[in-house]
Amino acid sequence: MANLSVEALDGNRAQPYPGAPDNWKRFFSFSTDHKVIGIQYIVTSFIFFLVGGLFAMIIRGELITPEANLVDRTIYNAMFTMHGSVMLFLWTFPVLVGLANYLVPLMIGARDMAFPRLNAAAFWMVPVVGVLMMGSFFVPGGPSQSGWWAYPPVSLQNPTGNLINGQVLWLLAVAISGVSSIMGAVNFVTTIFKMRAPGMTFFRMPAFVWTVLAAQLIQLFGLPALTAGAVMLLLDIVAGTSFFRPENGGNPVLYQHFFWFYSHPAVYVIVLPVFGIFSELFPVYARKPLFGYRVVAVSSLIITGLSGIVWVHHMYASGTPGWMRMLFMFTTMSISVPTGIKVFAWVATAFGGKLRLDTPMLFAMAGVVNFVFAGITGIMLGSVPVDIHVNNTYFVVGHFHYVVYGTVVFGIYAAIYHWFPKMTGRMYYEGLGKVHFWLTWLGTTLNFLPMHPAGLMGMPRRVASYDPEFAFWNVLASLGGFLLGLSTLPFILNMVSSWIQGEKAGNNPWRAIGLEWLISSPPPVENFEHLPIVIAEPYGYGKDEPLVSNLAELAESPG
Amino acid sequence: MTSEASIANQIESGIVEEHNEEANSKFGFWVFLLSESVIFLSFFAGYIVYKTTSTDWLPAGVEGLDTRDPAINTVVLISSSFVIYVAERFLHDKRLWGFRFFLLATMLMGSYFLYGQAVEWRGLEFGLTSGLYGATFYLLTGFHGLHVMTGVLLQTIMFFRSFIPGNYDKSSFGVDATSLFWHFVDVIWIILYGLIYVWQ
Repeated sequence: MANLSVEALDGNRAQPYPGAPDNWKRFFSFSTDHKVIGIQYIVTSFIFFLVGGLFAMIIRGELITPEANLVDRTIYNAMFTMHGSVMLFLWTFPVLVGLANYLVPLMIGARDMAFPRLNAAAFWMVPVVGVLMMGSFFVPGGPSQSGWWAYPPVSLQNPTGNLINGQVLWLLAVAISGVSSIMGAVNFVTTIFKMRAPGMTFFRMPAFVWTVLAAQLIQLFGLPALTAGAVMLLLDIVAGTSFFRPENGGNPVLYQHFFWFYSHPAVYVIVLPVFGIFSELFPVYARKPLFGYRVVAVSSLIITGLSGIVWVHHMYASGTPGWMRMLFMFTTMSISVPTGIKVFAWVATAFGGKLRLDTPMLFAMAGVVNFVFAGITGIMLGSVPVDIHVNNTYFVVGHFHYVVYGTVVFGIYAAIYHWFPKMTGRMYYEGLGKVHFWLTWLGTTLNFLPMHPAGLMGMPRRVASYDPEFAFWNVLASLGGFLLGLSTLPFILNMVSSWIQGEKAGNNPWRAIGLEWLISSPPPVENFEHLPIVIAEPYGYGKDEPLVSNLAELAESPG
Repeated sequence: MTSEASIANQIESGIVEEHNEEANSKFGFWVFLLSESVIFLSFFAGYIVYKTTSTDWLPAGVEGLDTRDPAINTVVLISSSFVIYVAERFLHDKRLWGFRFFLLATMLMGSYFLYGQAVEWRGLEFGLTSGLYGATFYLLTGFHGLHVMTGVLLQTIMFFRSFIPGNYDKSSFGVDATSLFWHFVDVIWIILYGLIYVWQ
């Protein structure tokens, strides 16, 4: 009998009213439900992750031999430009906005974001950015070839003389992506400040919400600087001004300031939510409260503050005066204090815990290890003497891929596996998940570790051909690159098949503590029929205290 | 019902009321304006760098900018900030005709500013491509002018919306935001005027 009633409930839920949690068509509509928008973001950006990965494999295919013999050099330039641009503007930014969109309202006990329609509008700009970026392949001269920095004077060259060229489309795409990000940031900050459930004080918010807040604040103060630089660059290209044209008295280094004032903090925009994901996952799979929760929470905001005063470390070799180098070397290195706090907190959380090595935890732990490695090379690069030596070499490429792949992508995978049962109501296949993890880990190590020795030996970045002495490391890296391409297949298979026919997961398969785990999977429209009344700090593992005072009321909400 | 639960319920209903859309929108609009101001700050920073480091700042044959007409323009724009505040107070007291009158006055003053700017642009002997001086001048005044135009447009919308019966009964957020935006545009102009016209 009990089984029957459960099935009857499911039957009710499957009624195809628009926006019903089981109506797949809602993912193709202008839905204002933050959960739908979150999944729209995640799936759309994952498609672009595959596109950007394809570009990466073309690059690695070219670099497997020292000669430039696979693609034309202009195509090679376009490949590394579009690889970077797609991976940043169409994968890491939107996928993390998607995760935050899905999780933040649930975690703070809100029924939706503060501005649901603005939220939907912000999402639908992402496909537009994608179309513009991909469309640049079909204009005369092909896509932008000036790298994702678009440094003038290289980006000011317009060999075909067309007004609509790859660089202009690129700038347009970045501008629209910027508008979308600002809309999202206003929405997140307002939501976190104004929409928290009763009793959800700042120091009861999960660490993930703290990191999203910290990241979105960076968007608000940083992104406009890039917008300003991009407007000036666009005027230089289409209106004949000479802001950055050295031959007419312009100052190309100023563009670098505008660019990095945003684009270095942008790294924290993508890595901060990943720190939040680690902080969420370690307590669940170690069955211990997050070590030093308050300090971890505040350290995110310290990173936000410091992120605004480190950008010149990208410009040590741009004729930067000595005093400025010293100053920014100091600020850059001080970033390692708040990040170090976080790393120690995760290690201390896992230490002595009852570890469960499910796929999300494997990705999270490997992500932390990769991050420590990336952090050490980061300190090396932050110091002027080392940076001058390895500037523009593969050492830099290896360093930041350990951040953006080894840390960020690992964290994203961890989050997708961890919240998959919540988003779909079904459990993924653990075996496939483990296969995916080991392939990804092996691919990452093989791909990005050899870049460090190659760079230390002096191999420059962004070249299609190189000295044969670097061949050994490049063959290894290329094999790793193809392995990473392969590693997405078990993931896609796992996600698709589990969503269709995976085992029902129940409301809280991980026995995790958090508002999102108190309601049904997938959560109903508007999330909480009765708003939760929060009475405790998060991560009460091993403590005998309830998170909310109206648990019974929440549990009886119709799912 | 236990006393604890009833207190909790009271808190909940209080919070839900507090979560009304107007409060959120106001907060969100402030956040947006703070972010928008960084674009101007970046342009200002760029202007200062160019002005202090450029070796040939003024284009050949250009002496500098005339400050008299722009000063009149400035006075008109700054005083319009007070006029729109009066309009806001009239709306607050539900006196719609007073609101319309003063809003219309603001619109006219904003339009006068734009007209004055256009006249100034026409009379200048340098263009957008006349070195860094011309480029930064037109970039700063043009970008600010776009904001003034947006402000006047918003005021026009608010003006016509006041003829829809009961439009501002529930919420005057639109007018509040328009007014806030107008003050923002004014403050930016004061800094801009100081940088471009006073500091020559």
